[in-house]
Amino acid sequence: MVGLVASTLHRTIMAGTSLLLGTTGEILTERSGILNLGVEGMMNLGAVAGFIVTVRTGNVLWGIFAALLAGGTAAVFHGILTVYAKANQTVSGLALSMLGVGLAGVLGKPYIGHQLPVRLEQVELPLLSRIPFLGELIFHQDPLFYTGVVLAFGTWFFLRYTRSGIRIRSVGENPKASESQGVPVQRIRFLCTVGGGAFAGLAGAHVALSYSTSWTEGIVAGRGWIVVGLTIFSLWNPLRGMLGAFLFGGIFVTQYILQPIGVPPNLLAMLPYVATLLVLLMDGLRKDQRSLHAPAALGEPYSR
Amino acid sequence: MQLGTVQVSVQWEVRKKQTPLLSVLTLIGALGIGFLWVGFVFVFLGVDPVFALQKIFIGSFGSLYGWKESLTKGIPLFLISSGLCVAYQAKFWNIGAESQLLMGAVCSTWFGLQFGASLSPILGIPLMFFVGFLGGALWGVIPAILKVRFGMNEVISTLMMNYVAAEFVSYLIVGPWKGSTKYGYPYTDDLPKHLLLGTIPGTRIHYVTLVLGIVISMALFILLYRTKFGYEVRVVGESPEAAKYAGIDFFRTSLWIMIISGGVAGMAGVGEVAGIHHHLSYPGNISAGYGFTAIITAWLGKLNPLGSLLSGLFFAGILVGGDAIQISLRLPAATVHIFNGILLFVLLIGNFFLNYRPVVQIRRR
Repeated sequence: MVGLVASTLHRTIMAGTSLLLGTTGEILTERSGILNLGVEGMMNLGAVAGFIVTVRTGNVLWGIFAALLAGGTAAVFHGILTVYAKANQTVSGLALSMLGVGLAGVLGKPYIGHQLPVRLEQVELPLLSRIPFLGELIFHQDPLFYTGVVLAFGTWFFLRYTRSGIRIRSVGENPKASESQGVPVQRIRFLCTVGGGAFAGLAGAHVALSYSTSWTEGIVAGRGWIVVGLTIFSLWNPLRGMLGAFLFGGIFVTQYILQPIGVPPNLLAMLPYVATLLVLLMDGLRKDQRSLHAPAALGEPYSR
Repeated sequence: MQLGTVQVSVQWEVRKKQTPLLSVLTLIGALGIGFLWVGFVFVFLGVDPVFALQKIFIGSFGSLYGWKESLTKGIPLFLISSGLCVAYQAKFWNIGAESQLLMGAVCSTWFGLQFGASLSPILGIPLMFFVGFLGGALWGVIPAILKVRFGMNEVISTLMMNYVAAEFVSYLIVGPWKGSTKYGYPYTDDLPKHLLLGTIPGTRIHYVTLVLGIVISMALFILLYRTKFGYEVRVVGESPEAAKYAGIDFFRTSLWIMIISGGVAGMAGVGEVAGIHHHLSYPGNISAGYGFTAIITAWLGKLNPLGSLLSGLFFAGILVGGDAIQISLRLPAATVHIFNGILLFVLLIGNFFLNYRPVVQIRRR
């Protein structure tokens, strides 16, 4: 019984890792005032780049690096359009998602059903992994999980306590005032967008290199959109984002637990999407808190 | 930028007014650059771009067969994108037309199979469209309520509902609605013969829906530009603050916007079921990405329902041409998403040049 609980929780954490990486990235981007709805596209690109490069080189590290690069490069497009050309952020993000999903579908086609030659292995952290129960659960995961946790804590600390973090937040709250204080609004927004994209690329890599080890069409399956939802749920706080990511990891796992009981698989497959709606609905019931946390200038192009 | 002793600087200035000529030129320029990019993608995929683009246009507007198919695929686009024009003018980002179409298909299939046998076509077909409209409208109104009452971002809610509806349709066709006459295939039974929509002989053009699409586009044009409601929609889009001061009921307006936008998408679903497939099948077959493509056709038509008729036909041609090259060049179905993404990007870039003009200053040191 303990074994079953442990393996379920272990799987929950695995399922939540890509959401954690993506959400942390989107929080970084949105804190600077840029809404990037292209997460689904960037995760798709990260997944396909990671998978193909890993297959070609036989080295997962190169795959992860490629995913990072793919996500970041995709975000450059969004950054140029929304930050410098002041394009509509919603439409630009949608375009990025379409492009990413399309490119991943086309580039990944020859690899459908292929197995990875090497997968992202789980690493036992010395000593820590020997803690009973918890050790097996948290300290026996793949490196991207550790990266995700470190990035989430790091982003939280960075945004809250460092000078650059405060500048990022000020740009997202009141770009005009920040500019008058000599803060380079556009450069900061651009960098945060690209950084967030790189995180999303990593998230895609986790889906393709660890969570699943063979390529299937539509492998990301809307996780990017769930990330956008989780970012709102997180109230733009990376630590709350972590909570949300693993909560949703649990919902993904619940699907597999309920299947043998006889619930139709199509209805179970709705769970993460319905849960996103419910979570945002509950958030909406406390309007006052929301307005305190959403970056005030989110989604609005800034021109001098 | 420095060139020798000369310093060149470029400033972007907001254009005070946009002439129609400039609009047309930027549109043509944007599409030209877009197809250039698409060409690069083909090169990247190892396909001769000239050959591929030729195939697309011959496959769509270069032959009688292509025209017939383009009009067929244009029908859902006309309906959906003219509805999206209304939503997007109010800056209500309805990304859920895909599932609003599906829910229209689901409801009309249910109605047709349940009551169709005893209804005459004169009564049954309009009722089917009405039920389909209701299905799409109800599915569309939910995100409107969630947005206005609970502050939920409509992009996310409509997208999540796309996934939910697609799984729901899959559940129906493999589960409770699986047809008894379909030899185990995951389809519902066919609708009664007399409720199927007539087609122009030799084509798949179900003319009832085609006429509906054109008439509804015109009606929505009048609604948007000649009525008080249309004015309110545009004010809400341009400045929610101003709308508040003008006493416009944001909740009521949003509901109506989504009833219209979701409802016409639902009607497109009726057309697909009763005119093309004759039964409900896999969600990917029924909605076939029309809901997403319509986002671009609405945008390309400058959010004007009449403009979206033109852009809808143009994009239907690209879809048909895309099918042609998918078959002859063995490209996967996702290729169309790449076109869509690229074209949406270049349209945005075109918008920038429409809104700003470069002021080049050359200074001698």
